[in-house]
Amino acid sequence: MTAYLVRRFLQAILVMFIVSVIVFILLHSLPGGLVRAQLGPKASTYQVLQLERTEGLQRPLPVQFGVWLINALKGNLGFSYKMNQTVASLLIDYLPRTLLLVGISTVLAIAVAVPIGMWQGYRRNRPDDHVLNASTLILYAMPDFLLGVIFIILLSLDLPVLPSTATTFGASLGTDVAVLVLPILTLMLGNISYYSRYMRSSVIDNLLEDYVRTAYAIGNSSRRVLVSHVLRNSMTSTMTMIGLTLPYVFSGALIVEALFNFPGVGLLFWNASQDRDYPVLLGVVLVVTAAVVVGSLLADIGYAMLDPRVRYVRS
Amino acid sequence: MSAVDRGVEGESLRSPAETAARAAVLAEDLPGRRAPRLPAKRLRFVTGAAAQNRLAVAGLVVTVGLVLFCFVGPLLYRTNQTATNLILENRAPSAAHLLGTSPEGRDEIGQLMVGGQTTLEVAFSVAILSTAFGVVYGAIAGYIGGVFDAILMRIVDAVLAIPFLFFVVLLASIMTPNLFVIVLAITAASWLSTARLVRGEVLSLRTRDYVAASRVFGARHRYVIFRHLVPNVLGVVAVNATLKVADTIYIYAAMAFLGLSLPPPATSWGDLLTTGINNLFAGYWWQLWPPAIAIVLSVLAVNVVGDGLHDLVERRLERR
Repeated sequence: MTAYLVRRFLQAILVMFIVSVIVFILLHSLPGGLVRAQLGPKASTYQVLQLERTEGLQRPLPVQFGVWLINALKGNLGFSYKMNQTVASLLIDYLPRTLLLVGISTVLAIAVAVPIGMWQGYRRNRPDDHVLNASTLILYAMPDFLLGVIFIILLSLDLPVLPSTATTFGASLGTDVAVLVLPILTLMLGNISYYSRYMRSSVIDNLLEDYVRTAYAIGNSSRRVLVSHVLRNSMTSTMTMIGLTLPYVFSGALIVEALFNFPGVGLLFWNASQDRDYPVLLGVVLVVTAAVVVGSLLADIGYAMLDPRVRYVRS
Repeated sequence: MSAVDRGVEGESLRSPAETAARAAVLAEDLPGRRAPRLPAKRLRFVTGAAAQNRLAVAGLVVTVGLVLFCFVGPLLYRTNQTATNLILENRAPSAAHLLGTSPEGRDEIGQLMVGGQTTLEVAFSVAILSTAFGVVYGAIAGYIGGVFDAILMRIVDAVLAIPFLFFVVLLASIMTPNLFVIVLAITAASWLSTARLVRGEVLSLRTRDYVAASRVFGARHRYVIFRHLVPNVLGVVAVNATLKVADTIYIYAAMAFLGLSLPPPATSWGDLLTTGINNLFAGYWWQLWPPAIAIVLSVLAVNVVGDGLHDLVERRLERR
């Protein structure tokens, strides 16, 4: 178990290192260079040279990468001239809200999708399975922002019970809950369609296994076979799947935050992309990717805890 | 043991959980927006083959219908899609304009045709480009193997960890959006799953006897890769490419929603949908639902075609 975790951890660090190389290369492939991008087209040559010197841009690229990497590890991700704030302080403000949004909607999606998937797997090819299948397929094909818009039409316009924007998030606990409902619902529904379809095929696969036949043969009820045998075995693969889909959940958060004006890193990123605020863009990409890598690491640890084979075989 | 299973075992650097995840993905019957698609072992149990085929044919008919609507439609249904006509702005559906007009006073049906052209052009270009690049990258990595393969695949892992939309938006905002940049940005993030898929397949195919025989006869590596290995993975790759068309329609719509689109009068289904969303509170429903239906319908139809193709390839692989 320890050896496995160490290896998995080293792998995560390697992935983050490559990501930071990619981000660094992108930072240096900006049109007109990093300094021009920050100062704008009207800056004088003197200003450009001066900023290049203070930012150390005249040194060789590998040296610059080393300096940048050490700074990034210290939490210094640069300065946003547009927002007049350090990127790190912006991220400290915005990231927790996104993590809250992503966390709640993922947990709720799992809580809803797993029973749906199990029910569908158990009732395979019956009418109710077909109905659920068709609905998850349509949900699956629907862009997140369209889903959000439908919710706005239904729950904020036709039946005005919930606010259609989340700009006020962080004001007070009472309003925060109301504000969070639609973004979470939107983000959650897209994931439900995916997780439940995955869970369904996983359950169908498991129902064909010998252990299920044995469990039935020794006189277990359907409910007991499903809940105590099939559920756990189907969950192990679903667990890893959830870890692997984290990048997509964050992509979804970008859309949802832009739609509802929810002040998270997605909205920060979106605004930065319109302002061409490169330090923020690259800082967000780095931190969000780190969140994804940590998330999939956690999913793998969860997997190892669910599946004893992983725990014992390799260590 | 199937070819794919061996491909999974051949990966030395993967964690058991990841290996298990891939094995799990093998048995999966989902459209591949969120995971690399590999042949499923028990797909026939999962979906009745007959129903699947009828559905696939329906999907194909809808897809072809949409292509005809967008590319042949404008020849039959002539509207002015470049001029701005403020007298006609935001008109509700009427006999003259069956689906109403846009904020620029352009006929909405005509807008759907022109927008669909852009969307479908981007979708097919991305599918072709990213598949071509992914096949070459994956085939080389899988064929050479060893440290070289490990390095190439770690790069794939790293880029895959960057949330897709963040990566695409970042690329598109570093460059000025035009058709080429948009296609390039989506391609840069879409070739990865193909590369993984092809590499896994090649890893198992390269140990086959006919490859060894070919080498004994003096074939060069390049010949082996392009004459033996690539043709053998084409079936699986075709499925993957089909699903990429659907994914790209979806992603391009999301990009348009985030404001990364072509300058007007060029438009796309995503741009039209975004206009509809912006005019939501004005109640111009005819600007919202037609592009929404077009996007959902096309994504659904292409996914269903991909599923049918998947079935077909699967049956061929089982006989192999």
